[in-house]
Amino acid sequence: MSDASELHDLIEQVLQRYQRRPDRLVQILHDIQDGLGYLSDATIALLAERLQISYAQVRSTRDFYAFFYSEDRGQYRILFSDNVTDRMAGNQALFQQMLDYFNLQPGKVSRDGLVSVDLTSCTGMCDQGPAILVNEMAITRMTPQRVNQVCALVSAGVPLAQWPSGFFAVDDNIRRADCLLGASPEPGESIRAAIARGREGMLAEMKHSNLRGRGGAGFTTAIKWEACRNAAGEQRYIVCNGDEGEPGTFKDRVLLQSYAGRVFEGMVIAAYTVGAQLGLLYLRAEYRYLRPRLEAFLAGMRAQNLLGKDIVGVSGFDFDIEIHLGAGAYICGEETALIESLEGKAGKPRVRPPFPVACGYLNQPTVVNNVETLCKATEIAIHGGAWYEAIGTKQSTGTKVLSVSGDCARPGIYEYAFGVRISQVLEDCGARNAIAVQVSGASGACLSERELGRRIAFEDVPTAGSFMIFDKQRDMFEVARNFAHFFKHESCGFCTPCRGGTALISSMMDKIAEGRGTQYEMNELLRLQAVMKTSSHCGLGQTAGNAIADTVQKFRPAYERRLAQTDFVPAFDLDAALAKARHLSGRDDAHAHLGEEV
Amino acid sequence: MNAPHELPQKLRIATTSLSGCFGCHMSLLDIDERLLELATLVEFDRSPITDIKHCGPCDVGLVEGGVCNAENVEVLRELRRNCKVLVAFGACAITGGLPAQRNNREVTQCLTQIYRTDSGEVAVPNDPELPLLLDKVYPINEIVRVDYFLPGCPPSGDTIWKFLTDLLTGRTPRIEHPLLKFD
Repeated sequence: MSDASELHDLIEQVLQRYQRRPDRLVQILHDIQDGLGYLSDATIALLAERLQISYAQVRSTRDFYAFFYSEDRGQYRILFSDNVTDRMAGNQALFQQMLDYFNLQPGKVSRDGLVSVDLTSCTGMCDQGPAILVNEMAITRMTPQRVNQVCALVSAGVPLAQWPSGFFAVDDNIRRADCLLGASPEPGESIRAAIARGREGMLAEMKHSNLRGRGGAGFTTAIKWEACRNAAGEQRYIVCNGDEGEPGTFKDRVLLQSYAGRVFEGMVIAAYTVGAQLGLLYLRAEYRYLRPRLEAFLAGMRAQNLLGKDIVGVSGFDFDIEIHLGAGAYICGEETALIESLEGKAGKPRVRPPFPVACGYLNQPTVVNNVETLCKATEIAIHGGAWYEAIGTKQSTGTKVLSVSGDCARPGIYEYAFGVRISQVLEDCGARNAIAVQVSGASGACLSERELGRRIAFEDVPTAGSFMIFDKQRDMFEVARNFAHFFKHESCGFCTPCRGGTALISSMMDKIAEGRGTQYEMNELLRLQAVMKTSSHCGLGQTAGNAIADTVQKFRPAYERRLAQTDFVPAFDLDAALAKARHLSGRDDAHAHLGEEV
Repeated sequence: MNAPHELPQKLRIATTSLSGCFGCHMSLLDIDERLLELATLVEFDRSPITDIKHCGPCDVGLVEGGVCNAENVEVLRELRRNCKVLVAFGACAITGGLPAQRNNREVTQCLTQIYRTDSGEVAVPNDPELPLLLDKVYPINEIVRVDYFLPGCPPSGDTIWKFLTDLLTGRTPRIEHPLLKFD
């Protein structure tokens, strides 16, 4: 867009859409980038002026998120999902194929400004990878042939809306359904059931059910709801955490795609119980393709009086839901970082306490629940807490939806009552010869063959849902290295143990991969992991070294076969590091070289 | 079996400043009158304090400064070869520190700018006496194995004293607040 007045018009339009609210900055940046392709410093400056906030504030938000661009990234921005499951499915060859086609370097824009091709963190399509995003629209099941088709469409400049719709098909792949995925309640049934129980009654059933959060931490949902209800505040908010960024997790994508009613009704029930008037669904940018149908679904709920004023005829029960789009930041899955993002800021975790239940969105009492947790609340509303508590194990009631990917015949969604053994899941999904299972994603636990008898439950192996399987052809060192790179990229940079630790671990893993590692690095990896675990500001840093520690202990030979025989090897080629100075000075004497230390 | 033992003979310490400002060494002198006590516990080998040019077998080596040129690498290697315990002494040894500011530029650019005459001629000296610059300034642990890191710019005299006395008495050195703070 060259015309300055057009730029002003666009910004004005977008600002009006969001009532010129600075706390809607992330949404505003999305809409402006949609119009302009990127967010230049000049655009940012203009926006800051119009919003009457500082340039630094707008810029720090733009620069924090991976999907906001300060420079032109081309008419087509193509990102290859680079989770380890995408790698196992061959994404690297496809990535190279596309780079070669356009004669591009990773992350660089083609000279005609048409296209850029780069990598991105897991996009949540692990059961149908390798996956890519084209201008944030997901395309799954990439093959060499499909890469060529995409390249041809890009070269011809075909608008994304006219690409074959089959490209954008995202399957649910539900392989095993239990009480959540198998049921089909009437629209509004759970809301009516909750209202029939009354606010106190619903909370009592939630307590009885002993439902625990499905996002990973496993906090008891009823306690969260009660604390929010009892906290002092002018407004209360229900936030649905749909920022499913944990590598290998895609169950929330399926729930939002095919069980949106459950998610939203769960939010309505939570609102009814705690007395909230506004709900916010934080949808990760990678799932942007879901937005139109989710908006349509919300409109349908409003038409049926399941949202809006006096919901299902209960006088004074007003509640509505807004959708907020993330912008490519794993850290926003952390609830306080998510709230910061909802407020239009960079997604850096807050200091806790105070917890969001007392001081959350806009400093008001806020419930932040995982997508799946909210679905479970609808079951409890309909069937009651006693029914729910009878399913699963003592400390982990109900069922859990697992996202199964990796080396198995039938990747997809599996719902089990808590307490299921890892070996059972492996058998059901057709995984033979598994040597390792990474449970709960990159931040979770890596289980070896001899631990397959363990159970999925908070008492034993807790999980947010990711279940990645590796068979004997896989190299567990490379798996851990992929995770190390992931965390280095996703650390928000706020605290030193995490910012420094993830970078050091990542470079040490690269050093080992290059054959320059020794026992020294092996020790350092564990030492760093211990420092990060005890001193990082939030869960990201605390768990970022888990996969490293697990694989160092359980798959040590995968590391050891890369180690040098000596005591220590420098991190780089010393003699090569002198080459430039040698060339400039014209020297080639003995002191102008550095040999190996003997 | 574990009766109080006689203190071992004096520990030998080597110290050096690579690409640093000698601030860490100045800070070592800041332990003031405790220098006398230190002198009863340790003996200095290669060090700016003794002006001994090459290092013999030592118990402890303190390395100040980052690694910026070929000579730094050789000195660092000499200390590593000879010291049972090698300590990255201060911020530059640990991270590269201030000298590493040049890492944002190509070494070629640095040299051609520095050795440019008024007439615009570039003549980088060809002289074996002048150590060749590495492409970047590195922390010492990228070149040799390091046993301890003593942070600070510089570490205070008290911090150094705490660290050395821990080391000399066989306790794992621990530097905690208020000795470990950076504002």
